[in-house]
Amino acid sequence: MQDKNIIFQPSPARPAPSSRVGPVAWLRSNLFGGWKDTVVTLVLLAILVATVPRLIDWLFIRATFVGDADTCRQSGGACWPFIVDKFKVLMLGVYPQELGWRPGVTAIALIVLAALTYTNRVRGIVLILAWAILPVFALVMIGGAFGMREVDQSLWGGLMLSIMLALVGVIVSIPLGVLLALGRYYGPPVVKSLCVAFIELLRGVPLITILFMASVMMPLFLPPDLIINNLLRIQIAMILFSAAYMAEVVRGGLQAIPSGQTEAALALGVSRVRTIAFVVVPQALRHVLPPLIGRCIALFKDTSLVIIVGLLDFLGMIKNAALDTSWLGFQAEAYVFAAFVYWSICYSLSLYGRELERRGPAGQKH
Amino acid sequence: MSFTKRTAKPGFSVQNIGSALSQAVVLTIVLGIVYVLFTNTQENLAIRGIESGFAFLDHEAGLPIGDSLINYSPTRSYGYAFLVGILNTLFVSFLAVIFATILGVFVGIARVSHNWLLAKVAAIYVETLRNLPLLLTLFFIYSVVLAALPHPREAIELMEGVYLSKRGFYLPRPLAEAGFPVFLTAMLVAFVLGLGFWRWAASYKMRTGKPMPGFWGGLGIVVALTGIAYIATGRPISSELPVYAGFNFKGGLAMKPEFASLLIGLVLYTAAYIGENVRSGIQSVQAGQIEAANALGVSNAVVTRKVLLPQALRVTIPATTNDYASLVKNSSLAVAIGYPDMVSIGGTIIGQNGQAVEIIGMWMAVYLTINLIISLGMNYLNARVLHVER
Repeated sequence: MQDKNIIFQPSPARPAPSSRVGPVAWLRSNLFGGWKDTVVTLVLLAILVATVPRLIDWLFIRATFVGDADTCRQSGGACWPFIVDKFKVLMLGVYPQELGWRPGVTAIALIVLAALTYTNRVRGIVLILAWAILPVFALVMIGGAFGMREVDQSLWGGLMLSIMLALVGVIVSIPLGVLLALGRYYGPPVVKSLCVAFIELLRGVPLITILFMASVMMPLFLPPDLIINNLLRIQIAMILFSAAYMAEVVRGGLQAIPSGQTEAALALGVSRVRTIAFVVVPQALRHVLPPLIGRCIALFKDTSLVIIVGLLDFLGMIKNAALDTSWLGFQAEAYVFAAFVYWSICYSLSLYGRELERRGPAGQKH
Repeated sequence: MSFTKRTAKPGFSVQNIGSALSQAVVLTIVLGIVYVLFTNTQENLAIRGIESGFAFLDHEAGLPIGDSLINYSPTRSYGYAFLVGILNTLFVSFLAVIFATILGVFVGIARVSHNWLLAKVAAIYVETLRNLPLLLTLFFIYSVVLAALPHPREAIELMEGVYLSKRGFYLPRPLAEAGFPVFLTAMLVAFVLGLGFWRWAASYKMRTGKPMPGFWGGLGIVVALTGIAYIATGRPISSELPVYAGFNFKGGLAMKPEFASLLIGLVLYTAAYIGENVRSGIQSVQAGQIEAANALGVSNAVVTRKVLLPQALRVTIPATTNDYASLVKNSSLAVAIGYPDMVSIGGTIIGQNGQAVEIIGMWMAVYLTINLIISLGMNYLNARVLHVER
């Protein structure tokens, strides 16, 4: 029965035209919209059909998972027993195998701390302290101290070494980068120009030349009786190099802080040092968290360059493994495995960065 | 910046004196450290019997270089060998910048394409290359991809005179014949005429409002005149084809596997980053702008050229400047696969005479100069696309 007060009765909405919904319409608008799109789609499909099945065939179907070099050669697919055989060396280098639990414990500590950071379980000063203590803990565990058997640094290698170089590099270079950025942004003229010179000089040259400098030239700079081992020299070079880049990232964050923030703090009688330390820097760092994560990824990728100055990091062990005479001819497997490991670590770090970006600066939530 | 305002009082004040004192202290400490490092270095060099200074640049190098753009033999001096390295660095970087830019623009456009498949393939490419160390990519191309090519005996012939094999890529080498100088002059004249027509067409369009196809007309003039000149001077360019002899090809233009890997690796890696710059540039242009232009009946090509590109470039260019600079620096990874760039040759020299201080100084000077030139050029380009605000 119709309400007599309503004089206009809209007719029910008609269904959307069939050409706009459903899988056929999706295909038409996303893959075959016009002849140009159709050509592009068909060419790409042809390339994918020609490559992907062959790749899957080599990686999994014809691949050997159990056996030795001979079974691998007969199958013609990828040879995964090679990676299994080399796994410990790839992870730890020539580190004594019976002490392998020590880097293992360190890795678990790193993963737990990263997870705690991600879930926001620990915050503030505790979090910063935990991350600051981690490299010390790692050095003690891996190198040995307090009664544990000492392992010489020349024996460190593999993925463990890559992660160590990146981890220590990041943790030390961030505060150093903040200091450089503050010097460049707020410092008096002399300090400012020294900071600018340092930052631009290190950013202007390739990392390799800095590594050469650490490896070949640093011993010349130091007093003849002071000997620093090669690993530490290279670690210092990576820290300084990374700090120059971190400084530029942090400077971007400093520029984003409205001057009202500092003026308000100063008007309240807060000292300049405390204003910078407790008002400016925390906000600046929150602003630039995603690019800071980007620098961490870049530093981790850059650790692969240390093979040029003779350290055997993960990529170095991969290269060595590929040259092993009893497993000759399986270079592709070694590099595919290396790509898988590097990619997984870097991609998860970049997802982590995007998640932080999505959450936005934490300060805005309060 | 707001902090400096408080202390910026004219004349002598307690703050000024304090600030001057603290700066003097910092400067003294830094100079002191530099002095200590300098005397240490002198002492260390004396202990090791390494002479210092650049006199070694005139000494005979005696080191072989596998790939050089200019004539080189081991009897030449260290300075000349280093110059070969500089030229190799510049050459590979220059080519890589051009190809990476072309590929990067394609990738960036593909990522925002309406074609789902194209966008996904581009995204996978970018995410893969950006999350792998460049050195790994180089090793992979050098020892897996290029090593899978056949022996020169069974080289793949793409077309006459173009061969692919694991010893490198071989191309015909162009040779100048008798009438070449005349032809070159004619080509230059054609180019100037074409450019002149383009500029005249633009001003004609401004004066009369009537369309005049300046670019295509100019291009037509260049192509037609060059073609006529080529035939008139009796086809003055011939080519020397590479010929298989012994165990490898002789003659022709050779592209060694080391050079090819470095070039391919640098291009693939940098294009992924440039692609992201292009994408963020395109996405920074508000959709309303394009819709408005479309609503006015402007064609897609003109919308791209006159609305989208000028605005996208403002976001793309500064980021791409950094990527070009990284590309040049990354070319130093040549040392890991044996392409004789500046770092590779310099490293060999350090191994021979221990003059690390001088060589590292020369590396830094050259890289800093290249970076400066890139940033000057790109800043000029950037200034041209900047939004002019009233």
